[in-house]
Amino acid sequence: MQNTNYIIEVNNVSKQFEDGKFALDNVSLSVQKGEFVTILGPSGCGKTTLLRCIAGFQVATSGDILLKGEDITRTPPHKRPVNTVFQKYALFPHLNVFDNVAFGLKLKKLDKDTIVKRVKQALKTVGMTDYEYRDVDSLSGGQQQRVAIARAIVNQPEVLLLDEPLAALDLKMRKDMQLELKEMHKKLGITFIYVTHDQEEALTLSDRVVVMNEGKIQQIGTPTDIYNEPVNCFVADFIGESNILNGIMIHDRRVAFCEQEFDCIDEGFGENTPVDVVIRPEDIYIWKSDGSDLSQQADYDPEDRIPKGKFTKWYGTVESCIFKGVHYEMMVLTKNGYEFMVQDYHEFLPGTEVGMLVKPEDIQVMKKERLYNSFEAEMKEGGRVRFLSEDWDVSDNMAERFSAGDKVQVRINFERVTLLDHEEDGVLQGEVHFILYKGDHYHLTIRTDDGDDIYVDTNDVWDDGDRVGIQIAPSSIRLVKGE
Amino acid sequence: MNKLTAIFGSRRTWAWPYVLFLVLFVVLPLLLIFVYTFTDPQGHFTLRNFLQFFQTSEAVNTFIYSLAIALLTTIICLLLGYPAAYIMATAELKTPAVMAMLFILPMWINFLLRTIATVELFNMFSIPLGEGALLYGMCYDFLPFMIYPIYNTLQKMDKSLIEAAHDLGANGREVFAKVILPLSMPGIYSGIIMVFMPTVSTFAIAELLTRNKITLFGSLIQRAFGEGGLQMWNYGAALSLIMLIIIGLTSFFGNNDDAADQKGGLL
Repeated sequence: MQNTNYIIEVNNVSKQFEDGKFALDNVSLSVQKGEFVTILGPSGCGKTTLLRCIAGFQVATSGDILLKGEDITRTPPHKRPVNTVFQKYALFPHLNVFDNVAFGLKLKKLDKDTIVKRVKQALKTVGMTDYEYRDVDSLSGGQQQRVAIARAIVNQPEVLLLDEPLAALDLKMRKDMQLELKEMHKKLGITFIYVTHDQEEALTLSDRVVVMNEGKIQQIGTPTDIYNEPVNCFVADFIGESNILNGIMIHDRRVAFCEQEFDCIDEGFGENTPVDVVIRPEDIYIWKSDGSDLSQQADYDPEDRIPKGKFTKWYGTVESCIFKGVHYEMMVLTKNGYEFMVQDYHEFLPGTEVGMLVKPEDIQVMKKERLYNSFEAEMKEGGRVRFLSEDWDVSDNMAERFSAGDKVQVRINFERVTLLDHEEDGVLQGEVHFILYKGDHYHLTIRTDDGDDIYVDTNDVWDDGDRVGIQIAPSSIRLVKGE
Repeated sequence: MNKLTAIFGSRRTWAWPYVLFLVLFVVLPLLLIFVYTFTDPQGHFTLRNFLQFFQTSEAVNTFIYSLAIALLTTIICLLLGYPAAYIMATAELKTPAVMAMLFILPMWINFLLRTIATVELFNMFSIPLGEGALLYGMCYDFLPFMIYPIYNTLQKMDKSLIEAAHDLGANGREVFAKVILPLSMPGIYSGIIMVFMPTVSTFAIAELLTRNKITLFGSLIQRAFGEGGLQMWNYGAALSLIMLIIIGLTSFFGNNDDAADQKGGLL
């Protein structure tokens, strides 16, 4: 069946490397003709692998890729109507600018006049007229990048793939090139699939952003969707600055966090459901107030910038204040120990007592991905249980409910996992893989040496990549009957 | 004392022993060859030595034959060495370094020993020595010198260039012809020079592998100095100069190409 709406369809594509690791894990993505789609994610998230599968340099282990409804999963790259702009330009050093750009056209055996016309046109599009006979090594990084783009678009591909094309340029040049790329996309009408790790670049350029992490697509949406309504903590944390907190959805349109209740606009989470709450620092209103006499609030708001109405307010003390050019960025500590990042055009010096509020529509509620660590396990002799390739002691009252050989499920609360400085002291060893600050504690992902993930809530400060020992007290291990 | 430190601390001072070495063992011999070429045994200026070479058809034929053998050796080495280098540099071998090492390994042993061993091998299997054996021996001895610079260039080549060519519509053959081959030219030049130069002047391999049946230009020079007595030194010098000019021209041809800017390994 032909679906002409989509120019590229990626259906359930997985890519497993020889070492068994999945670079892509069941990825599906549809791109419309003429769209500017950005694949965004940290390094090693699989974004480049996805692009290379579309270009044909790598073949998906499973799943298929369609171009205009036609299966191209196994088509070699030279037979795909797709061209790539490489991260390090990959210009041919033995050819001059003209011959580099004309490379694809000459292979198509076009007549000389057409080639000259189209090469000149392409060089004009990228603003490199008069550079035809220059040696590519004599060009600056930005110029080489333009030639690389010209070399790709001169073939009038159905889809242009760009693999972090601006990563090697300095900041100023990158900003200029971003605008030019956007212009080019509008003018040429070619579908762009753009890979980057720079979230600002992704938000600036794209019609749609695909956020990836660990080989999986986290979220697909317009830049505003991605920014304002992240679906999980990873996206909220990766895109822009954010305050991420544990919360409880009391009922529709009512959420509790920071030990207070707030109105919000989210529905459908059920009642008393644990959730993650995201508040962008620029969405928090801040004013000088000691919180004791709310009627005085107006005195400190001469510009009338604080919304009036029945909003829940909360109070704290400014801990730090940094000037960021356009705004000030402040860390505010509430009396009950939660830390908030607030951005405002006004300066509130450290030590100032302030009040804060956020509009209901600026509170983003997300379903929690998990409430506790959960592992498949098997009961052993002597009241021990085996999971994560280790035997663990469990409390007697847990152990006596099962007999050896039973399949059980182990549940461990995040805060009940102990991390040790000396990795040898732990039953398991691992590495801090991902850190999420949740206002009053850190939520860590520890990747064990066997590649399993354990989630830990802690007040201790760890760094990304720290080696840790993992210890779990017998009383912290809950057992549930497995399937 | 300070003066002494200044003298021994300066890099210029440390260069002097090398300058002396170069003058004694490179410049002076070259000058001597030049002087001997244009003089007779009595020390008078003459062009007779050159004329003698051009008038002796045996000498000219040997010269042409030597060039032909050297050329043939170079071509065979290139044809055998390029694919080997290419496979080592591009194929996903688990141990490309070990393979490169194995190709280089014979170079650890003196080539005379290897050549004598080759002679014994030929005798063992009763293969007659002669032109075939000579070519075999030369290729065997010089193949690593061809493989290594080409392997080096290919290995350093940015693999994304190959992907870019594929991406722009080139099939395997076109990628090779339009990207890989032109980009490996510096390595090929180096390889050619590394093989051609020593093969033009070789004589020991020829003597051993042909039992003196085939005379190469190198042997001619060696005989002029070794067997002809003092009066033949001038003639030998002239032959040496002619060979130097030929070798000089080859390296000039190699170095002059701008592709050779990106050095191909050994040179």
